[in-house]
Amino acid sequence: MKRNFDSKDLNAFKNVWVFCEQRNGKMMPTTFELLSEGRKLADELGVELCGLLLGSDIGCISSEVGGYGADKVYVCVSQLLKLYTTDAYTKVVCDMIEEYKPEIMLFGASNIGRDLAPRCAARLRTGLCADCTHLDVNLQEYISFLRENSSLDVDNTKFTSSSFDENKTLKMTRPAFGGHLMATIVCPRFRPAMATVRPGVMKKREFDDVKAAKIQVINPAFEISEDDIHTDVIEISNMAKKIVNLTGADYIVSVGRGISKDIEGGIKLAGELADELGGVVGASRAVVDSGWLPSDRQVGQTGKTVHPKVYIALGISGAIQHKVGMQDSEFIIAVNKSPIAPIFEIADYGLCGDLFKIVPELIESVRHEKTLM
Amino acid sequence: MKIFVTVKQVPDTSGVVAVNPDGTLDRTSMKTITNPDDMNAVEQALKLKTQYNCKVVALTMGPGQAENMLRELMAMGVDESVLVSSREFGGSDTYATSQIIAAAIETYGLEEDDLILAGQQAIDGDTAQVGPQIAEKLGIPQVTYAAEVEASDGKMIVKKMLEDGYVTLRVKTPCLITCIKELNQPRYMNVEDIYRAYDAPVAVYDFEKLKKHPLIDLEYIGLKGSPTNIYKSFTPPLKSGGVMLKGSNEEMAGRMAAILAEKHLI
Repeated sequence: MKRNFDSKDLNAFKNVWVFCEQRNGKMMPTTFELLSEGRKLADELGVELCGLLLGSDIGCISSEVGGYGADKVYVCVSQLLKLYTTDAYTKVVCDMIEEYKPEIMLFGASNIGRDLAPRCAARLRTGLCADCTHLDVNLQEYISFLRENSSLDVDNTKFTSSSFDENKTLKMTRPAFGGHLMATIVCPRFRPAMATVRPGVMKKREFDDVKAAKIQVINPAFEISEDDIHTDVIEISNMAKKIVNLTGADYIVSVGRGISKDIEGGIKLAGELADELGGVVGASRAVVDSGWLPSDRQVGQTGKTVHPKVYIALGISGAIQHKVGMQDSEFIIAVNKSPIAPIFEIADYGLCGDLFKIVPELIESVRHEKTLM
Repeated sequence: MKIFVTVKQVPDTSGVVAVNPDGTLDRTSMKTITNPDDMNAVEQALKLKTQYNCKVVALTMGPGQAENMLRELMAMGVDESVLVSSREFGGSDTYATSQIIAAAIETYGLEEDDLILAGQQAIDGDTAQVGPQIAEKLGIPQVTYAAEVEASDGKMIVKKMLEDGYVTLRVKTPCLITCIKELNQPRYMNVEDIYRAYDAPVAVYDFEKLKKHPLIDLEYIGLKGSPTNIYKSFTPPLKSGGVMLKGSNEEMAGRMAAILAEKHLI
């Protein structure tokens, strides 16, 4: 199929699309966050929100796409799309974009999304912004976001641009330099404007049964053959231990360099406190880099972004790279022996002292409070 | 067989980072290092070199001072290096960067049994996009998030990390693999190679050398040509500190638990 596609012909593009990532026929939770956010952008532009779903045996999950806000879902079913391969998925995603020309294309910034999206952007000759934490089309919405979330003097900042319509262009905001700086990126001259979006950041909306039932399912024509795929999947292994789901946890007790004098003991204490609260143990980058805990525990810019109900930081100084990943937690408690540790600046409550002495007391007190309920 | 390793000199974001009043980064105040994931790529290349007796070529795009980094990598055992450097390339986003690096790799010469190793992502931008985009521009397969890499009968066997496990892939060369820190432990420089690296030649590819290459689209080069542009940059607002509890460990812990209970958080 030879298509008429020119990424510079801006007027040829319309609608917001979301790549709906599934694994083993089960939708990845990030997809619902993306659809919810995509709905907002589509409403701001006054266009449709469409999902793009690839796989085999996926018919039953296509209505979920509607439930989180999509008007349409394009479903591409093939045995060759059962398992993710860069080659097959890039081909089908690019072919669909070339055919239907969405103006905005969103992917989850999962290991698969971050493998697929850059390859697609390079093939389509357009721009891609990585790992976004905030998206806007409407300029006033963007300005209110900055008022809340930046140190910019918003009232004395110029937002107009001579080269693009700042009220219709997607503004993609993301942390850079380990979270020390935030940057808002635009893709003014090419379409689609593409973004990968950090899992766990966008809010998922309520599932809408009516919208789910109304979703229009489209099975477009597409071509894929074994000759398109240059990698063979030899083996799939799940993690030996259960993967810790930090992103969805309500309670997280994280440990930092402060446990260094008794690493095992520190992790054990954090585990006991987490158990008492019904939560999980997280870690700072220092702890993961030192090999004390595996990387799926890491909270921060290079790890997971979390927003639990309660986040307890034990012996974590609060480097910006950590704060970026947990500062939106609903309630933050910090335990640190240094009274000037930066973590205290963002904590709701600070306990200054030796975590090896404070945490056992805290476990005891939490137990006691529970008996009073 | 030869191995290209793409590397980048980056500001050390784990150290002190100063931001100018206009919201840009004060780079002069920061130490530069070789991007950590790129060190894992270099280490893997050197391991494969020992096994297969092949040449390792480090390639970077950046300002002239990046030559120091290339010499350090040669002191670890890298055989040759290429510095892609020109004012015209400055300000390139991932798309523009990847087409320039792809052109540089082809200019050096990419053969059937060659391998390209890259770091998964650089700590300055954290995009993880340049590796896959180089592979696309070169029209070769890619494997990202590599936690194990082996060569076997002209093919690479790569264990790729996902959020919930691993998938092992077999891929034909030439291909591009991006490396994560679980892959290995980078070695130190060694005395013999430090001497050699001191006056080993570093090839410089500038705009003049690359501009006629078929992979270079002059519309997509540098700050002006990059598909993505920075609209605004800013620092996150400073939050005011919370309440510091006082008293003995027992008193602080008791008060904390009581507050959690009052707020119905336990």
